Amino acid sequence: MNLTSLPVLSAGFWAAAAMIAAVVLSSTAGEVLTAAAMKSIGDLDKIRAHSGLKGAIRAVLTSPLFFAGVFFMAVAFFALLFTLNHLKLGLAGPATASLTVFTNALAAKLFLKENVDRRRWTAAVLICVGVYFLAH
Amino acid sequence: MILILVAVCAPLGNTCLAKGMTSLPELTLAHPLALFAAAFTPWVALGIALLIGFFASYLTALSWADLSYVMLATAWGNMLVELLAHFCLHETVSYQRWLGVVLITLGVALVAPGPSHTIQAAIHDHAAPAEKGAQQ
Repeated sequence: MNLTSLPVLSAGFWAAAAMIAAVVLSSTAGEVLTAAAMKSIGDLDKIRAHSGLKGAIRAVLTSPLFFAGVFFMAVAFFALLFTLNHLKLGLAGPATASLTVFTNALAAKLFLKENVDRRRWTAAVLICVGVYFLAH
Repeated sequence: MILILVAVCAPLGNTCLAKGMTSLPELTLAHPLALFAAAFTPWVALGIALLIGFFASYLTALSWADLSYVMLATAWGNMLVELLAHFCLHETVSYQRWLGVVLITLGVALVAPGPSHTIQAAIHDHAAPAEKGAQQ
């Protein structure tokens, strides 16, 4: 039996997995960095009430974490375009959309120290599968 | 209100962009100005406006709520597109997609009544459990 004939061991499988992983990881990095930026800035509604809309915009635009988040979001966007150019939408769409839900919840717990309890994990799994079915 | 804007603006914005871009003649890199001009067509402009609204409300939501909460509680925006496609555009929605709608509904129903912020949740657990989710 030729092992390379198995889908999991073929070069195409790993290339597809790498492209999907690049989209998911860069998207998660963007979301987490943006969330960290907004947490460090504080409640935007309160800032707007105190310093006006210009003050709120200034608070966001002076945060280096915010720009790091936007950078990774842009990387995720172009990685998705590249992936869609090589993989079928029926594979890339559901895989990236559903995996991002799960990795965001995991990253929020690990890096942002959020309380992702059993209720949120159950919801994440339900939504992850639901998004997969919707996008498929 | 902010979470409703996050949930509604992103899928509607993407739908408007898709509708606008598919109605245009095929764009090539040889004519980059055509891409710039596409941004001023009604559907694409509406899509861009909705996505700007999404990003502003998303940043505001992240300034007072957990990433893992915002991401999960606003997932019902995906199924809104399916419902609009079925009831307004009279498109056929497969059983698989209806299953996705049901799973997302269950996931959002599970997470939405819970605490929106990790620190706030800890305070409320000790002080006033009835006020949980008041900021939602």
